[in-house]
Amino acid sequence: MNDQVLSVILTIITASTPLLLAAIGELVVERSGVLNLGVEGMMAVGAVSGFGAALMTGNPYAGVLAALVAGALLSLLFGFLTLTMVANQVATGLALTLLGLGVSGLMGEAFVGQPGVHLERLSIPGLSGIPFIGPILFGQDFLVYLSLVIVAAVSYMLFRTRTGLVIRAVGDSHQSAHALGYSVVGVRYLCVMFGGACSGLAGGYLSLAYTPQWVENMTAGRGWIALALVVFSSWLPWRIVVGAYLFGAITVMGFSLQAYGIGIPSQLLSALPYVVTVMVLVLISRNRALMRANTPACLGQPFVPDR
Amino acid sequence: MDYLLEALHVTKVFGSLKANDDVTLKVKPGEIHAFLGENGAGKSTLVKMIYGALQPTSGEFRWMGKTVTIPSPAAARKLGVGMVFQHFSLFEALTVAENIALAMPGAFDMRKLSGRIARVSRDYGLPLEPSAVVADLSVGERQRIEIVRCLLQEPKLLIMDEPTAVLTPQEADQLFITLQRLASEGCAVIYISHRLEEVKRLCHNVTILRHGKVVANVDPGRETAASLARLMVGGDIHVVKSAREDRRGAARLKLDRLRLPADGPFAVELRNISLEVRAGEVVAIAGVAGNGQQELFDAVSGERSLAQAAMLVIDGKPMGHDGVNTRRNAGAAFVPEERLGHGAVPAFTLSQNVVLTRHSSDAALVRSGLVSSGGAAGVSERIVRDFDVRKGKPDPEARSLSGGNLQKFVVGRELDRRPGVLVINQPTWGVDAGASATIRQAIVDLARQGSAVLVISQDLDEIFEIADRIAVISRGELSEAYPASGLTSEKIGLLMAGAHEIRQTSGKETAHAARA
Ligand SMILES: Nc1ncnc2c1ncn2[C@@H]1O[C@H](COP(=O)(O)OP(=O)(O)OP(=O)(O)O)[C@@H](O)[C@H]1O
Ligand SMILES: [Mg+2]
Repeated sequence: MNDQVLSVILTIITASTPLLLAAIGELVVERSGVLNLGVEGMMAVGAVSGFGAALMTGNPYAGVLAALVAGALLSLLFGFLTLTMVANQVATGLALTLLGLGVSGLMGEAFVGQPGVHLERLSIPGLSGIPFIGPILFGQDFLVYLSLVIVAAVSYMLFRTRTGLVIRAVGDSHQSAHALGYSVVGVRYLCVMFGGACSGLAGGYLSLAYTPQWVENMTAGRGWIALALVVFSSWLPWRIVVGAYLFGAITVMGFSLQAYGIGIPSQLLSALPYVVTVMVLVLISRNRALMRANTPACLGQPFVPDR
Repeated sequence: MDYLLEALHVTKVFGSLKANDDVTLKVKPGEIHAFLGENGAGKSTLVKMIYGALQPTSGEFRWMGKTVTIPSPAAARKLGVGMVFQHFSLFEALTVAENIALAMPGAFDMRKLSGRIARVSRDYGLPLEPSAVVADLSVGERQRIEIVRCLLQEPKLLIMDEPTAVLTPQEADQLFITLQRLASEGCAVIYISHRLEEVKRLCHNVTILRHGKVVANVDPGRETAASLARLMVGGDIHVVKSAREDRRGAARLKLDRLRLPADGPFAVELRNISLEVRAGEVVAIAGVAGNGQQELFDAVSGERSLAQAAMLVIDGKPMGHDGVNTRRNAGAAFVPEERLGHGAVPAFTLSQNVVLTRHSSDAALVRSGLVSSGGAAGVSERIVRDFDVRKGKPDPEARSLSGGNLQKFVVGRELDRRPGVLVINQPTWGVDAGASATIRQAIVDLARQGSAVLVISQDLDEIFEIADRIAVISRGELSEAYPASGLTSEKIGLLMAGAHEIRQTSGKETAHAARA
């Protein structure tokens, strides 16, 4: 029984981490006033790049690095189109998702069916061996820890440093930020690339740790859940952890219930995370005070400085 | 003589419009230098170039004798130029302290900064709460943030683009003391205002702009307000004729024990507000900024719904639950305080902005469910003609209009409907003397034709010019409305203070009662 609970908890952690990584990146992007709907696409490209690089070098860390760089590069394209060319952010983001999914399929053709390189889990003699708590606290792969460190760092950065203040200011009123002499476009480029890197990392996690193999469309809508999580968190970093783990848990529950043969149609169970997403979004959007306080006022709006 | 700042043959062109045309002027250290001119004369454009927010098309600036280019506001701040914008450059979701931190170089220490803000705002008599969120503050309070933000940078040149337009007389006096003190410490001030008396009192030197050109540089001590006005317009100014009458009709707008809870920690709660505005009269609400004017406007206009429908009655119909459009269809019209962003969508053209407030009440604007752009353009042209709105191209975006011209447009848009009930917040904020007279005359004329007009204003001169009856708002409570003929500014000042005291003592009493 204990073993079963342990294995469920471990699966929840691995299922939640990619959501957490992608969502915390997108949170920073949206805080700067940019809506990048291309998370799914950047994740897919991150997944295939990470898988390929790890396979070719035999080193999973090279894979992680490749995933990160690939995500950032794709987001740079998004930045160029929406920030420099001032294209519509929603349309460009959707196009980025389609592009990312297509490109990843093409790049990954050779990898289908190949056994992947597994990102190993931490093992600290003594600590990792402690029953039950050991594997949970000290037996994860480094990306699990990194994701939490990123959340802590983002939270600190956004609310305790000048950099974060500037990002929030740019997202709140790009006109005022420009009038004070901040480079709105520059700040947004950096945020978009941070978001891209995080999405790439999330994709890499899928193909290196979650299921170390390449399957086309293996992101399976997680990018969209990550986007919803940002709203769920009402743009506050620590709530993303709650949200990501909640959704990770719901996904895993779906699988477990199926395994126990409980008489609920499996389609309904796999739709569960999405149904819950919609319900939570509705509930959260009803609270106007909450939404007003943290929603970046310039979210999705194009900025053209007048000179 | 060494000048601090010289502008030499500066020209700025927007499309086909020369906003500044070969402007040459000089500012000495320690001098308070006024820029005067009608709406759209190019004052804001000129100071924005000095602050690096715009680049001149040709010409040059010299700073302490050396030719400089000012590529950005950060560069201007480094030189020692600080500026209070006419349209605020604040961040609504951030706190006062955060807003100020964004303009301050150096180490990032919010606690220390909050202390400095508290100190400077106390020193200069500009009260500010560092942890308040800007979204909850009134325009007057927002202005204080901008001023304190500049003062903290200890500038050599301080630019103020219409700083007193939204301040109360006392706040303005306090500001003048501040500016005089700064000037005596050697800081130069460029001061833009439409209040000529104020300029005469405060400034050492006046440069007058007309249609982008410098037309005169005079000593304000030797001029009268009227002669300054003549220089600005190149003609005489109309005097508002209000012909006060006591022949008033039925109540068209009635507030009956209106209450509205505060919607934020720094917002004001409205208590028991009762007021009747009858056909044919102008009732004005005076008061210090931030005493519930914004909340009252929101409640009357329908931006916030009331607990009981009967709290607000328009032409005999209880409408407290109805939204803005239903109230508009019942014949009411509303002009909010903040013209850019609230009164008009900055990125929409003027004709699109016409559609926004009038689509449901004006048949000419919507044809079988579709917006009629021809109809909207027609209305917009009529407003532009009637209210003399000056602009660069036929149907410009709202944000490209100068502040006063946009105000004329936003007010004109509602007056043009001939509404039965008009509620208007700060009707002539930032409008030049000539245009103010036009707007005030139009307001009075509307009332004389049988409409009920409620004006919320912090400008006592304006209130005395147009109001038949005056009420005072203080901490969310409204005094009785007294006939204007029986009131003086001193009495209004007492009313503001009196209302405070009554509330404070009753507050104390309840506190005692609770403890007992
Ligand atoms: N970004 C812009 N694009 C096009 N035209 C502009 C722009 N900014 C200002 N203008 C035009 O330049 C002219 C001068 O505007 P400016 O804001 O300098 O006037 P102002 O003297 O400050 O008037 P006010 O007293 O009403 O504030 C106006 O006719 C205005 O429409
Ligand atoms: Mg101006």
